[in-house]
Amino acid sequence: MREMIISELSQAVQELAKGFAHYLPRLIVMLILAFAGWAIAYLVKIVLRSILRLIQFDKLSENAGAAQLLTKAALPSATEVVSRFVFWVVWLGFVLLGVSVLGILGLQEQIGKFFYFLPRLFVAMFILFVGLLAASFFSRAALLAAVNANVPSPRVLSLAIRSIIIVFVLSIAFEELGIAEQTMLVAFGIGFGALMLGLAIAFGIGGRNLAERFLEQRFVRAKKDENEDEFSPL
Amino acid sequence: MAEDTFLTDDFLRQLINVGEVDILVGLPTHNNAKTVGSIVKTIQSGILRWFPRERAVIINADGGSRDGTPDLVTSISIDDVRRGPNPYALRTLHSISTKYATTPAAPAAFRTILAAADLLQAKACVVMSPESCSVEDEWISKLLRPILNDGFDLVTPTYRRHKFEGVLVTNLLYPMTRALYGLRLREPYAQEFGFSGRLGGEFLPQNVWDDGTAGGGIELRFTLSAITAQHRICQCFLGQKDHIERRGSDLVPALRQTVGPLFSALEPDFPFWSAATGSQPLLTIGPDHEVLLDLIRVNRKRLREMFAAGVAELATVFQSILSPDTLAELQRVALLGENDFDYPAELWVKTVYEFAASYHKSVISRDHIIQALAPLFRGRALAFLTEQRNGSAEDVENCIESLCLEFERLKPYLLQMWKSRE
Repeated sequence: MREMIISELSQAVQELAKGFAHYLPRLIVMLILAFAGWAIAYLVKIVLRSILRLIQFDKLSENAGAAQLLTKAALPSATEVVSRFVFWVVWLGFVLLGVSVLGILGLQEQIGKFFYFLPRLFVAMFILFVGLLAASFFSRAALLAAVNANVPSPRVLSLAIRSIIIVFVLSIAFEELGIAEQTMLVAFGIGFGALMLGLAIAFGIGGRNLAERFLEQRFVRAKKDENEDEFSPL
Repeated sequence: MAEDTFLTDDFLRQLINVGEVDILVGLPTHNNAKTVGSIVKTIQSGILRWFPRERAVIINADGGSRDGTPDLVTSISIDDVRRGPNPYALRTLHSISTKYATTPAAPAAFRTILAAADLLQAKACVVMSPESCSVEDEWISKLLRPILNDGFDLVTPTYRRHKFEGVLVTNLLYPMTRALYGLRLREPYAQEFGFSGRLGGEFLPQNVWDDGTAGGGIELRFTLSAITAQHRICQCFLGQKDHIERRGSDLVPALRQTVGPLFSALEPDFPFWSAATGSQPLLTIGPDHEVLLDLIRVNRKRLREMFAAGVAELATVFQSILSPDTLAELQRVALLGENDFDYPAELWVKTVYEFAASYHKSVISRDHIIQALAPLFRGRALAFLTEQRNGSAEDVENCIESLCLEFERLKPYLLQMWKSRE
């Protein structure tokens, strides 16, 4: 009996040792990958941060309105956020690569999905950033044009343009990520339709006088003259 | 040569037929059928009268007119203008019209004229505005004589103006170019001006033609280029120029054509203007200004409303452009009533300089910066109109002179802003 227990125990220890010996190189590879990944990710972070500073990314994000969002959320500058994000993504990628070397069943598929998802995540982030830039640019352009044309409530017009672009960009970004595609599509359709209908009703009812004035200014020269400056700038 | 790449074969053939010339008159047009006929006749008359011995050519650079403008230019015969005691030219006077594009673009038109002048080895050139109704044949002589006889490279005009005409020139362009470039040049954005073939040849290869910011203000860049290259410049009084109808609604295009190129030029010209101190008077043939005092109607209420609305609505935009102190001061001014309204010279100069520094740093889209200046300029124009409502010619001139001195005094402020925003 005693011998049997010792035999079983020694067999178990041997198997454990064999298993450990089997996994040890993989574990070491994983650790090496994780460490090398950290070093590469850190390097990428430093290089990326320099490039972003060089291209004045902070100013771009300020123009896009992203910097204000980050400040409100007590986050560091856009350059810092992006470079840190890329650092974590790169490092996580290496760690998962290391984990996949271990050959644990079930994890492989999830890791594959993660790597498949990464490009889409970057594309979605890019779309979002460019969209925010576009929203900021066009809303400001509308605001300036409306102020210089003496159109009433220019900020409402500017805000409406900004909102439409952001909603549109969000829907594209979510579609790219593949998150709740149908829900987003329906929500976008309903939201956009409601917004357009609301604007049409508001313009029709509340903006009747505005429309009248606009059409008069556009087509009736005599009326226009009364409102114009008489001095010549040049 | 640069011009080989953009002049049409037909145009080149016509230029080759002309051969070398002494005088070239450039006429950029776009749908100017109403005025171009009389202007071409005046130009021809001026050449016959004042330069009968010189070889001359009129180059019409047209931006795709649909009203027959180019045909009008080339169809006017020299016989139409032969009258008076000395009507005969001893040389052939050529008129050539070329379509440089299907849409009007002042830089392309001017480039075509410069390229033609370069190819024809013109000694002296003059550019005439196709919109003016009060051009006299003597203008040709006044703009060309200093170049042909006295060796000047650029002759800019001065006009007899109403005191409220050219408010952008008197309240921004003239004082700012004077303070920064150190030369008291009254019309930095001239529509009629003369220049030597040498100056034109130097400007032609410069890298300004594809600069979108130059817009229609290529004439301003040309003038600034002549100043920085230290060419010989003088002014010549032309007389009264008919008011081209340019109303308040045209303010933004006017700012784009003038202030945009001026701000844009400050970057390459930084070594020049940062070293220039004070300002030097310029040789002026005739008076350097004359002011008309007729009464005109100005909608002051609307100007004040648009200024106040602009300051309120564009607060977020101004936060990117102006310093907090300047913005706070503007918000205080925006609360003033129509009768006690005042936009002090110091505040206006600081506003303009901060806009220039922000333009340099592109804190937001540069075109948006120029557009954002429009409501503030209305405020300054209102203050000027209110202050000079009953002002004499001397009062108006004193007001402009004191503004110029303020621009000169605060030049270190611009340098400080420029460097602090590097």
